Amino acid sequence: MEMSSVTPDHDVLWQWGVLRIDHTIAFTWVVMAILILASWLITRRISTGTRISRWQHLLEMIVEYTRSQIREMAHSDPDRYLAFIGTLFLFIAISNLLAVVPWFVPPTASLSTAAALAICVFFAVPVFGIASSGLGAYLKEYIKPSPVMLPFNLIGELSRTLALAVRLFGNMMSGAKIGAILLSIVPFLIPVVMQLVGLLTGLIQAYIFAILAMVYIASGTRARKERNPEVEPEPSGN
Amino acid sequence: MSSDALIGMVSIATAGITIAIGSIGPALGEGRALSEALRAIAQQPDEAGTITRTLFVGLAMVESTAIYCFVVSMILIYVNPFWNHFVS
Repeated sequence: MEMSSVTPDHDVLWQWGVLRIDHTIAFTWVVMAILILASWLITRRISTGTRISRWQHLLEMIVEYTRSQIREMAHSDPDRYLAFIGTLFLFIAISNLLAVVPWFVPPTASLSTAAALAICVFFAVPVFGIASSGLGAYLKEYIKPSPVMLPFNLIGELSRTLALAVRLFGNMMSGAKIGAILLSIVPFLIPVVMQLVGLLTGLIQAYIFAILAMVYIASGTRARKERNPEVEPEPSGN
Repeated sequence: MSSDALIGMVSIATAGITIAIGSIGPALGEGRALSEALRAIAQQPDEAGTITRTLFVGLAMVESTAIYCFVVSMILIYVNPFWNHFVS
């Protein structure tokens, strides 16, 4: 990323008429290709025996850990949410981790990508909520505890989507920006250290994005769980 | 003083003040949250997983205000709409 730009959306790679391929789209395709190729190559020779390949181990660990995390958050069958939450986590994690590769601009450092992912979460909340508890029970959540709270619930729905997008974008953009600034002041050792810190924050941001998406979805499906008295309600957040 | 010089001066000063004030509050809040979480883990090490996960989610929410301030200061410095309007 250039030092004087806050988004990779304007770095055009290839243009033909109105069709324009910028860095964000190109590197999103790179991340998608890596994910698809890796999962195809690993699951091609999958086995249930005692001798399994190390890549299958890796994939099983990721899937199992995601399942256990979702089960702890949702207190229900994790397979309903595994595809959505796991895809979000893997996409953000891979694109954030590849930020250490030279000339790779993480697509999550663009507000367009972050906003697109947040809008996916925004629409996933009512979809999962209606699917699990029905339309009436889901809509009734908005007028609890009293109808006075309806506008606040609606604003909360919108503002947490905005917060989700700006949080991911701000964290990734600040990492790239601080790297560029340090590179012009202290060229050798310090930017490498900051890149290592960037690896950590990138993975934590992917984790937080997936966890928050799961928290929002779990709070949308709360109506069904209230019949289940030992389960405490999830926090709904900002 | 010409208007674009005034806009540049005010934008840079405001960006600095924004990120300065905007990082103090979340830093204090995150420090408090972290110390409370450490105390909770020390008292109940069995619940460390749940406490750590809740801590991360809470820290992300506390931190988002600082991130907003950072984004605002970046906009003021790099893609300032008033500056672009006067320069063009």
